[in-house]
Amino acid sequence: MKKDFNLIIVGVGGQGQITLLRILEEAALAENKDFKGSELHGLSQRGGSVEVHFRMGKNILSPLVSQGDADLILALEMQESLRSLYYASPKTQFLLNKLIIPIPGENIVPEDQIINSIKNFTKKIEIVEASKICKEKFQKEVLAGVYLLGYAQKRKLLPLRKESLEEGIKKVVPEKYLVENLEALKLSQS
Amino acid sequence: MKEILLNKSGKKIILLGNEAVCRGAIEAGVDFVSTYPGTPASEIGNTFWQIKEDFKKINPKFHFEFSTNEKVAMEAAAGAAISGFKSLVAMKNFGLNVASDFLCTLMYSGIEGSMVIFVADDPSCWSSAQSEQNTRFYSLMAHIPTLEPSEPQEFKDFTKFAFNLSAQFKIPVMIRSTTRASHQSGPVTLGEIPNSKFQIPKFVKDPKKFSTMPPRVLEMKKELFEKIEKIKKQFEKSNLNKIIYGNSREKLGILTSGVSFLYVMEALKKLNLKLPVLKLGFIYPLPERKILNFLKKLKSVLIVEELEPYLEREIAILAKKENLKIKIFGKGEKIEGGRIWKERKAILPQIGELKPEYVEIAISKILNKKPSFNYQLHLKKFEKLKIPARPPILCPGCPYWAVVNAIKKVVDLQKVIFGGEIGCYMLFSHKVINLQDYLYCMGSSTSIAHGISKTSKQKVITFIGDSSFFHAGIPALINTVFNQSNPLIIILENQTTAMTGHQPHPGVGDGRVVKVEEIVRACGIKNVKVIDQVKNPEEFEKGLKEFLEKDEASVIIARHICALLEKKKKT
Repeated sequence: MKKDFNLIIVGVGGQGQITLLRILEEAALAENKDFKGSELHGLSQRGGSVEVHFRMGKNILSPLVSQGDADLILALEMQESLRSLYYASPKTQFLLNKLIIPIPGENIVPEDQIINSIKNFTKKIEIVEASKICKEKFQKEVLAGVYLLGYAQKRKLLPLRKESLEEGIKKVVPEKYLVENLEALKLSQS
Repeated sequence: MKEILLNKSGKKIILLGNEAVCRGAIEAGVDFVSTYPGTPASEIGNTFWQIKEDFKKINPKFHFEFSTNEKVAMEAAAGAAISGFKSLVAMKNFGLNVASDFLCTLMYSGIEGSMVIFVADDPSCWSSAQSEQNTRFYSLMAHIPTLEPSEPQEFKDFTKFAFNLSAQFKIPVMIRSTTRASHQSGPVTLGEIPNSKFQIPKFVKDPKKFSTMPPRVLEMKKELFEKIEKIKKQFEKSNLNKIIYGNSREKLGILTSGVSFLYVMEALKKLNLKLPVLKLGFIYPLPERKILNFLKKLKSVLIVEELEPYLEREIAILAKKENLKIKIFGKGEKIEGGRIWKERKAILPQIGELKPEYVEIAISKILNKKPSFNYQLHLKKFEKLKIPARPPILCPGCPYWAVVNAIKKVVDLQKVIFGGEIGCYMLFSHKVINLQDYLYCMGSSTSIAHGISKTSKQKVITFIGDSSFFHAGIPALINTVFNQSNPLIIILENQTTAMTGHQPHPGVGDGRVVKVEEIVRACGIKNVKVIDQVKNPEEFEKGLKEFLEKDEASVIIARHICALLEKKKKT
């Protein structure tokens, strides 16, 4: 890897962003790469917007991705992808989970409007029905995050090995949820 | 066994900045840890809470507690330290305000064993209502040696160092952090966990040591100053202050500390520049000779720090004292008469956290160089987007919803004033709830209500959580009785400290439980009701109506467990 790899994961509190960050970090550690993560606790939970940063490379300094410098943005909720455009430029690849979680007291931003806004920043957009698939297969939407990670890996958008992600999941996810998480990863690769 | 207790020197594990502080304390052989939960410092307490039984197997002397508030936590940690033990106390920025009364005195006496105080600020107020407080000014006021680590590995190493420094000079040492530093995760190489010594220290009576009576207190101040002078000398030589690109011939240098250092290095990497950088590990006392030697080679210096200029003020005073002709770039404020600041332009913000691109833009501006990316154009495009805000809100199933619903049903919302307090219920400010007319600090909702009701005679309903009530609510409650006012105080008892991650408090502790209603009655409140607002909404409404008519202070304890905690307990 010549350059630092910059990833942003956005979504709503409770969608598991911090767990995903830990999985990525364990995977990076297993591959002996340098990395840093940034997360926020407290007020940002309770159903508010949650954004985590993951940077990986040879010698990672800032824990924060710079403006316009994301290589990959995973949006676990579509409206939240708008906020992440701060980090997007033409090089940025978006993977969007096809899911809208309404905001109390606000009108929903329609999907086509979201996509059009993203197109002003980058053309590399892909919508993945991660929540739908995980709900059908596992009756558990929260697995969409791991599914999306696996999908990014398969599409070669995430410079980590599948085995490392697996190892990360085994280290981070509590025993009783382990099987379904590993299955969600497997499903994303098929 | 939790990974953080692994005794494998040289092994790399992943830790948050705050968790690395815990590991540093473990490697230093800490005996006593106290805290009151507060984000961005909460993980210190949470970690020790989880590992305390396992750690006791390594150090049988070990004690961990959630104290009732930060002042109590600091005093307890000092009690351990003046008896010769190694103690750590952790809190968020505002916690230090609560504990500052004690801190300023404790510095005079010093301690016997060692004592480290960890404080985390929150630039941008990510997890803090209240204010964007810059705790570094306490270092000056209290004369407390203060360290600022940048990344998880340093959090661990600096903590260990702080314990040693504290033991060497018999003085408390502070580690000051910020949200982005504390909530940054990365690989940390572990050191050794020492074998605990079986010898148990004791408090030794000495009338000269810990009693701050005049005239002895002024001698103590002199002794404190002498310690600080010695520490300063040590800091001059310490390799925790690092110079990067020291051989560079560039005439612009950068002086920084903490997480800002990481942004500086990122910016230099992006700009492909090798400007000399002085990274300070200590922000009090400052290694003045080291700083002066660094500045002497330069024509100008950019000082990169978050919030109000602390380093910048100190460096400006130092430069003036030494008659150093150097241009200082930093924040926008005019200080010290303003004359030497004439040519200076504000290039870094005093409000909100820094970001790597802010530093890159600042350096580019000074050097008249193009940044690596057109940030300005990009920002214009971004700011045109209409993005609906998604502020946090009470969880689905939260028992506080029942309180909100009852109030909206039976209270005249225009006439009654609603006093807020720090905890989940500050989300009553959310526009779909809108029951918060003021919000300041912990314990303030009822005392402010007292002032309103004594003067304007308006009726006030105040909210306070159970943990906040124990923290700072009781004196305010007594004041309403003593000085006779009539707020209706709703104590939201969800049987936990929910917002910071469900830590216990005296009302639910493992030991003897302190009942909120018993305290309320003992404070002299006659009108007291305990109601489960979820199970008995009608009774709650009736209670509200009845107590709103009272001429004296009244209390309803809304008792129903936090929905998240209930779920946690079941699984």
